[in-house]
Amino acid sequence: MNAKTLYDKLWDAHLVRQEPDGTALIYIDRHLIHEVTSPQAFEGLRLAGRKPWRTGSIVATADHNVPTDPSETEIRDPISREQVVTLDQNIRAFGALRYFPFHDPRQGIVHVIGPESGATLPGMTVVCGDSHTSTHGAFACLAHGIGTSEVEHVLATQCLIQKKAKNMRVRVDGSLPPGVYAKDVILAIIGRIGTAGGTGHAIEFAGEAIRSLSMEGRMTVCNMAIEAGARVGMVAVDDKTLDYFRDKPLAPKGELWEQAVDYWRTLVSDPEARFDREVVLDAATLKPQVTWGTSPEMVTDIEGRVPDPASFADPVKRDAAERALAYMGLEPGTPIGEIRVDQVFIGSCTNSRIEDLRAAAAVVRGRKKAPNVKRVLVVPGSGLVKKQAEEEGLHRIFIEAGFEWRDPGCSMCLAMNADRLEAGERCASTSNRNFEGRQGAGGRTHLVSPAMAAAAAIAGHFVDVRELLPASV
Amino acid sequence: MEKFIRLDALVAPLDRANVDTDAIIPKQFLKSIHRSGFGPYLFDAWRYLDRGEPGMDCSKRPKNPDFVLNQPRYQGAQILLVRENFGCGSSREHAPWALLDYGFRALIGPSFADIFYNNCFKNGLLPIVLPAEEVDRLFGECEAAPGYRLAIDLPSQSITTPEDRVISFEIDSFRKECLLNGWDDIGLTLRHADEIRRFEEAYRARHPYYFVEESAA
Repeated sequence: MNAKTLYDKLWDAHLVRQEPDGTALIYIDRHLIHEVTSPQAFEGLRLAGRKPWRTGSIVATADHNVPTDPSETEIRDPISREQVVTLDQNIRAFGALRYFPFHDPRQGIVHVIGPESGATLPGMTVVCGDSHTSTHGAFACLAHGIGTSEVEHVLATQCLIQKKAKNMRVRVDGSLPPGVYAKDVILAIIGRIGTAGGTGHAIEFAGEAIRSLSMEGRMTVCNMAIEAGARVGMVAVDDKTLDYFRDKPLAPKGELWEQAVDYWRTLVSDPEARFDREVVLDAATLKPQVTWGTSPEMVTDIEGRVPDPASFADPVKRDAAERALAYMGLEPGTPIGEIRVDQVFIGSCTNSRIEDLRAAAAVVRGRKKAPNVKRVLVVPGSGLVKKQAEEEGLHRIFIEAGFEWRDPGCSMCLAMNADRLEAGERCASTSNRNFEGRQGAGGRTHLVSPAMAAAAAIAGHFVDVRELLPASV
Repeated sequence: MEKFIRLDALVAPLDRANVDTDAIIPKQFLKSIHRSGFGPYLFDAWRYLDRGEPGMDCSKRPKNPDFVLNQPRYQGAQILLVRENFGCGSSREHAPWALLDYGFRALIGPSFADIFYNNCFKNGLLPIVLPAEEVDRLFGECEAAPGYRLAIDLPSQSITTPEDRVISFEIDSFRKECLLNGWDDIGLTLRHADEIRRFEEAYRARHPYYFVEESAA
């Protein structure tokens, strides 16, 4: 038998049919749904008189529009409220395996609650009308972000029309130095290959540094595969993967668990498998990363400086860098460590899990927010993450430092709710996109790890977190 | 879905790389539960000088005179020339909806982000990929000649310039057929409903642990 990559195996296991030109139907195991990209899909079903093929595949939550300020018990913006109410109505009308509505103690960001509830399991095909669905690839899932027409297509047919992507492997060898986290790894990868570097490819992240990451860290890496242009990012199954699911509510139990584990252990690329493209990074050389522009590929490390647009040979890139610096209000040559921040955001489907909050808290413990920082939002990814963080006392560390401890949601990653930047405000953010206006019209976003965001909140400007970390960490 | 066969139309050039879907249609407009009405807010932050909110009367808003789509010579354009990695970022299908609602029917660029590219075809918007040098040349020609038009012919997969230069392009056969006929994907897939059902049964027998279905909590 030919050697296969993990992607080949997942593809083959779900291939329903394939046309001569390669167009294929892929069976979908798990359909995650949120309020923003689903209303038009349900409306389409209704207009065509169709029903969902398999409601047992659907898990839904409201995350993008929900307020995270605990004092706001209702959604004030009437348009946001209508979207959330529409989701309630659609799930009631069409059904779902699980629904975690606004106010449910297990509600949260769709990409956090999927794995947390065991709705995401290794080897599944997972889709969601959200580009960060690649997150679930951390569990050796074939997870695609899809558009609303595809949401409707999966609802009606349980299949996705796809052409097979090319295989790409990004290997991160060696071990990560202290103060360098999963977020730094993926930002460095994007800096290396560019935001279109993975276009048309399914990326498998491999190598010692990836294996050494927790499941949370692997989710952070796969989450931003889309920022490298790849719709799919994956990590092979190992013992950490299996341990993660042992006690999850929707994971199989007893004999079914044993049977599943036998299969899941096969979800690794064969040693002889060939990749169309391979990129190798050395973990030992990585430093804490900070983006300086309006695309995630515009990134350097904390020891770096804002580049001079004239240094780019490609005129399209030079033009983009000029626009980015104008938008960001930055001068070429400025040391990254001299950039002051107005707000700090710790949250999003990239970095809102318990490990992220622990990493931030380790930096913050016993320290205070800098006076020039107007606001620091800490937004846990789900109700369960929030509960665990409170059990560990992390919330007290944040509150004592002058940070705001919020309820779960997408929050200021994309500012669809009330959490946003004002024009000209600069933010150290643990989210995934530094696009113009992403965190609020005119807002300026610098992407960093949770530890780096926490350090910026304390110092008032970007600072090398390696200098702030307690020796024991 | 509206068919796409031929289009002879005015061209507008959007000369920046990595245009993301947040720029194409900002997040505040994603709160709509409908598919239409996004055109007035296309490229909202670049097109207007004020901050856009859903429901605003855009005819009264101050326009940014420097933005390409606000220049009189590009009014009525149905073809948009773009740079690399157009449509990157969020999977929001509101991006192709906004482009279509504004009046665009085709995009020509050196590369598109995967999810966006796919979303275009679901809505009858044709994204054409050409080599970067060819796109560069079209940008030059378009900017030099007010009233610059291109004629796109999908059946022959060709674009004809005003000087009768013919440029051919690639497109996969399934997507081409769907566009030419205005076919609805779901209807096409459901022709294979029996095959899907057979697959599902066999799959369920092989992987029963993916079907641990409990009643909704």
